[in-house]
Amino acid sequence: MKIVKIFKLKWEITPIIIFLAIWEIFARLNLIPGHFFFPPFSAVLTEFWYLTVSGVLGRNFLSSLIRVLIGFSTGSIAGLLIGIIMGWNNLANKALNPLISLIYPIPALGWLPLLMLWFGIGEILPIAIIFICSFFPILYNTVTGIKNVNKNYIYAARTLGASDIEIISTVVMPLSLPNIFTGLRLEAGMAWRVIIAAEMVAISTGIGALMMKAESLIRIDIIIVCLMVLGIMCLSFEKFFAFLEKKLTNRWR
Amino acid sequence: MSSIKLKNISKYICKNINLEIFDKELLVLLGSNGAGKSTLLNIIAGLIDYEGSVFINNLLVDNVPANKRRIGYLFQELNLFPHLDVSANIAYGLRVQKQPQNEIKDSVEKLLRIMKIQHLSFRYPKELSGGEKQRVALARALANAPRILLLDEPMNSLDYRTSKYLRTEFKILQKKLGITTIYVTHNFYEAEEMAERIAVLDKGSIEQVGSPKEIFFHPTKAVSDFIGEPNILDCDHYHRLSFGLIEVKCGDISLVVSSEGRKAKKVAILPEDIYLSNIKPPGPGINRIKGKLIEINESSSTVCCTVITGKNALKVKLPKEIFTSMNLNISDEVWIILALRKLKTITDNE
Repeated sequence: MKIVKIFKLKWEITPIIIFLAIWEIFARLNLIPGHFFFPPFSAVLTEFWYLTVSGVLGRNFLSSLIRVLIGFSTGSIAGLLIGIIMGWNNLANKALNPLISLIYPIPALGWLPLLMLWFGIGEILPIAIIFICSFFPILYNTVTGIKNVNKNYIYAARTLGASDIEIISTVVMPLSLPNIFTGLRLEAGMAWRVIIAAEMVAISTGIGALMMKAESLIRIDIIIVCLMVLGIMCLSFEKFFAFLEKKLTNRWR
Repeated sequence: MSSIKLKNISKYICKNINLEIFDKELLVLLGSNGAGKSTLLNIIAGLIDYEGSVFINNLLVDNVPANKRRIGYLFQELNLFPHLDVSANIAYGLRVQKQPQNEIKDSVEKLLRIMKIQHLSFRYPKELSGGEKQRVALARALANAPRILLLDEPMNSLDYRTSKYLRTEFKILQKKLGITTIYVTHNFYEAEEMAERIAVLDKGSIEQVGSPKEIFFHPTKAVSDFIGEPNILDCDHYHRLSFGLIEVKCGDISLVVSSEGRKAKKVAILPEDIYLSNIKPPGPGINRIKGKLIEINESSSTVCCTVITGKNALKVKLPKEIFTSMNLNISDEVWIILALRKLKTITDNE
């Protein structure tokens, strides 16, 4: 079993190693026109090491991470709570749905100018952007998840003596988990994409801000380091929720 | 005491339904698809709004919500919670009623034992067979010690043998627990096997209520349209053979019928339970009678014909393709076979 796993992992890693090797060779042999803008992988790795040891990368990464975690968790919780109310109560759904349908299509970054004026340029701004970006999709997935729960399960729980709150917490929510996790998985990655844009435009710390500084100093290696960190974070967040979903629902689905 | 009384109940197709189910009784609600059977159960369970009044133990329960009515409900689709294992499904009602943990454990174990599903306790619904799911759903419905049990076509998705076995088991359990039960089905033979009384629901109205034999021998027009109008033969002589079998003479034909009593006043059989043959059927001559075809009525998928045997005229119903394959015409000589288990008898007392 372990051997199979290692073998599988090797197959997944091989294309990456080949890609990195080609990159290194092309950059070292100056095969690319304008090679000044294209540092070899080893130089990027050295810069990564330097940035890590000096604490620059860690500091900026931590700023971004905290913003993502706060924005994403508050946005998700709010989306989940309002989603539960809308999914369970038809009146609430009818009242809120038109308003939310109107606001939902606005891209999260479209809010930036307005939020800059409302909150000023500070810590609240990126958190608010991520809140908005997480809130709507999770709300919609929760509403859909709840609406999709077979009414008969609710009837069964009711005849067994469960109150509305018990039905929501013990039947409706567990059965909506697959839908909710679809939202969480997609939005966890999206939060990182949005934070970078917000930091690039308006904030002085964070991975996005570091990239903008690197751009003005023409430090391609630092930009690539930041992009790699970003790629890894998007992927790990998505994978984390996929893992959690599997753990919670795989047995019964 | 757990009697149910329905007074002027109306909802969707159900119109002005009045019905009483006695304490500890097993009443079968018989009706075709769309007759309003499930609607009526949902009304009794308090799951949907309705007009009229529902009384349980002579107490009006119209304002009592479903979760407070103490009714066990076995749904047609069973509705086992897919995210909970068998034990947790059975324990669900006890958990939401905030029973102590050790009591829940004991009750679940007892129910697993009664339903003979101890070995399934950690399985999830998707890992169970149809019959196993049935047992789990029944255990779950019984866990809260409900005063009334509603069963909505519970055997529908099961094969004949499993459903027959489970029906017998359920009947014994129902008697043992003495729980007032409404059992919904669209199958007359299932109804007859289970019921103390049958209530026939047709297009949202109660057409007839009575014992299975009353319904079978004296169906109202709407009921006979649904279950079929039986051939009824008057018995002149009878004598007991053995093991619940009696031989009866009805005019010039002699039949062997199964009967719990020793006497038979009338014998009845539905037209679809008589087989028709253009040749002498093989096997012993019991319940195989020679006759003459005197009438043929064809519909789109079935043929209803009349066979005369001495003084008796019997109606026979069979699929059109089988009838056509025999190439029969009026006045032809035919053989009919009356299925032993489908022959019903009544005595003077009934």
